[in-house]
Amino acid sequence: MSNLTSSDASKASPNHLSLLDTLESEAIHIIREVVAEFERPVLLFSGGKDSVVVLHLAAKAFYPGKVPFPVLHVDTGHNFPEVIDFRDRTVDRLGLKLVVASVQDYIDRGILFERPDGTRNPLQTLPLLDAITEGKYDAVFGGARRDEDKARAKERIISLRDEFGQWDPRNQRPELWNLYNGRHLPGQHVRAFPISNWTELDIWRYIEREGIELPPLYLAHEREVYRRDGMWRAVGPVSMPEPNETVETRLVRYRTVGDMSCTGAVESHAVSIADVVIEVAASTLTERGATRADDRISEAAMEDRKKEGYF
Amino acid sequence: MSAQEISAGTTASGTAASGTLEAARGLFRFATAGSVDDGKSTLVGRLLHDSKSVLVDQLEAVARTSAERGFGGDEGGLDLALLTDGLRAEREQGITIDVAYRYFSTAERSFILADCPGHVQYTRNMVTGAATADAVIVLIDARHGVLEQTRRHLSVVELLRVPNVIVAVNKIDLVDYSQQVFDDILGQLATITRELNLSGIHAIPVSALVGDNVVQRSEHTDWYQGPTLLELLESLPAIDELQAADDPFRLPVQYVLRPQGALAPSVAADPATADSLRDYRGYLGQISSGSISVGDAVELYPGGFKTTVTGIAIADKKVATAFAPQSVALELADQFDLARGAVIAAAGTLSEPVNNLSGELFWLDPRPLVAGQRLLLKTGTVTTQVIVSAIEGRRNLDTLAIDPADKLEINDIGHASLRLAAAVPIDDYAQNRRSGAFLLIHPQDGATLAAGIHTAQNDFAI
Repeated sequence: MSNLTSSDASKASPNHLSLLDTLESEAIHIIREVVAEFERPVLLFSGGKDSVVVLHLAAKAFYPGKVPFPVLHVDTGHNFPEVIDFRDRTVDRLGLKLVVASVQDYIDRGILFERPDGTRNPLQTLPLLDAITEGKYDAVFGGARRDEDKARAKERIISLRDEFGQWDPRNQRPELWNLYNGRHLPGQHVRAFPISNWTELDIWRYIEREGIELPPLYLAHEREVYRRDGMWRAVGPVSMPEPNETVETRLVRYRTVGDMSCTGAVESHAVSIADVVIEVAASTLTERGATRADDRISEAAMEDRKKEGYF
Repeated sequence: MSAQEISAGTTASGTAASGTLEAARGLFRFATAGSVDDGKSTLVGRLLHDSKSVLVDQLEAVARTSAERGFGGDEGGLDLALLTDGLRAEREQGITIDVAYRYFSTAERSFILADCPGHVQYTRNMVTGAATADAVIVLIDARHGVLEQTRRHLSVVELLRVPNVIVAVNKIDLVDYSQQVFDDILGQLATITRELNLSGIHAIPVSALVGDNVVQRSEHTDWYQGPTLLELLESLPAIDELQAADDPFRLPVQYVLRPQGALAPSVAADPATADSLRDYRGYLGQISSGSISVGDAVELYPGGFKTTVTGIAIADKKVATAFAPQSVALELADQFDLARGAVIAAAGTLSEPVNNLSGELFWLDPRPLVAGQRLLLKTGTVTTQVIVSAIEGRRNLDTLAIDPADKLEINDIGHASLRLAAAVPIDDYAQNRRSGAFLLIHPQDGATLAAGIHTAQNDFAI
């Protein structure tokens, strides 16, 4: 039995892309495909590291032109002020249009109700879907990665959503080679995930390599926190400790920056991106397991939210 | 035939495993094929677990569920298959429904694993996983040997030209680590691979449940001298490493960038730079094969015009040379009216565009394919209308022979001839996996109906 590999080795190409270059090239290809094939793409931009990386890739994909689509932020009203500030500076620097869908608005208008646990992440779905309909967006870029969760591991790079924004995991289009099929009917849209194949560590290494700016929360800082569900929660207007919870000042950083009411911090001495890379490489807990209370609600929490139109 | 002959045995790659050189480490994509009964989920779980790719909270969840279900009696056994069961329906029914992607890395490489379920719609799932794979692992239950299913999996792998095939002979512990059983299976495999004309097969005796020869070398198979599964995955060449230096250059144009009036603010801030871009026209795309340097002669499709490359950029970085699979922006010496769907190729290498195309189809839709249907075909960055001229036959997956057929049904593999509304410069799949592949799409609801590969020897002129 002949060995195919050895016979071709002599004329093998000297060109070899590193992991990060391979992932970057794949992501840029996906972003360009979506911009070329869809009428009105938009990027979900939260100021979190994953959406920051997607925006950075989009800027690279169309250089020297500017990013040819607007960004959409679903603001829970519980965002860290540092993140909102970062969001506005970034949008300004790149000359982009920012669309904000406000959960607070929906609560004020009596359309959505505050949950007993105070978490607003599950409330984002309706404002998101309304904003997509209103903006007539037919492709919505997101920074979701398949390594985040077992349900996301089955997500396509280009993923069809029906008029209700629903994801049907049992009936997905097969995704073949690098040929993406984004055809859809009126009312349907697609979610596009250019960094599907990146891991948390890839993201951090890329941020380090490219010198990408992030909200300061990602680096270790002193903060008043208290312990709940095995996580450090920040003391803030929407995340007050119960009487039996002790507030202390600790050196912490965030691995994800979502809703203040459900995002926990981890103790850390990482004061630079290089420190974070080392810390993430040595970490023994998954990113969402360590810091996201909303995924702990049930084993299938993410699957349920995705089915109803979450990103 | 001995185990050593059929296995790779060498660690070819010279990539240094240095902590500081992490970024230089390459990417390797592989897929697994087989059913729950073969222990596929357990094998994947074992690979992740023993390569230390499972984090504490994931392991705790597995331990909790294993205990609840009484897995392994009272000894606190871990049902590693639980690591990969993603969706609720899958956990409830104990089956995997859809391809799931897993990520792990070792000092040598980063891996993307496409975990393809074997039971439901196995063709669809296998094609999805194998289309981009550098290697496919086909599982065999040592107690049952080579089955019809094995033959089918190997057929799909051969048709899709996956460069490396690993046969994991699992549950070797259940046949008392018998060399005779393994050798018999090697014999059966040799027959099939001869019949299917497959090469580059590596067979390994493993036990996913116990962990033999997955990551750690087994103490029970001293008759096997070859690499463990992980060692093999770390050393086999990725498809881009197999590219020949003289593969012809191809760039399917995704988008033509004319940023005048919409320059990035950082660019617009510098009047000299902005002025230099007044006539800028960048052809954006991902190189599908070969390499290109500034000054190289190229030809264009459509039109056949010849020109030279005057600039290559990867984002804001000008480079002298670029190669597959880099995403680039090219500038050309002459201005042409090129749009999305155009192809820029090394001069003199473009295949004659065809408007009658013969293809091998992997039919993925419940609605059957019959002659006369009007569909859409997407290849590279071109989408065009097609009419199905004829169904030429259906593959018998046991023999790979083509039997007569007048339609293709879901999970069938067959041949059809297609008449295209516009000629496209599609390569032979055997020469180039990226530029020889296509999709067939339903013109109304947009469903992906078939994965297609172009088999040039069967083309004919109008």
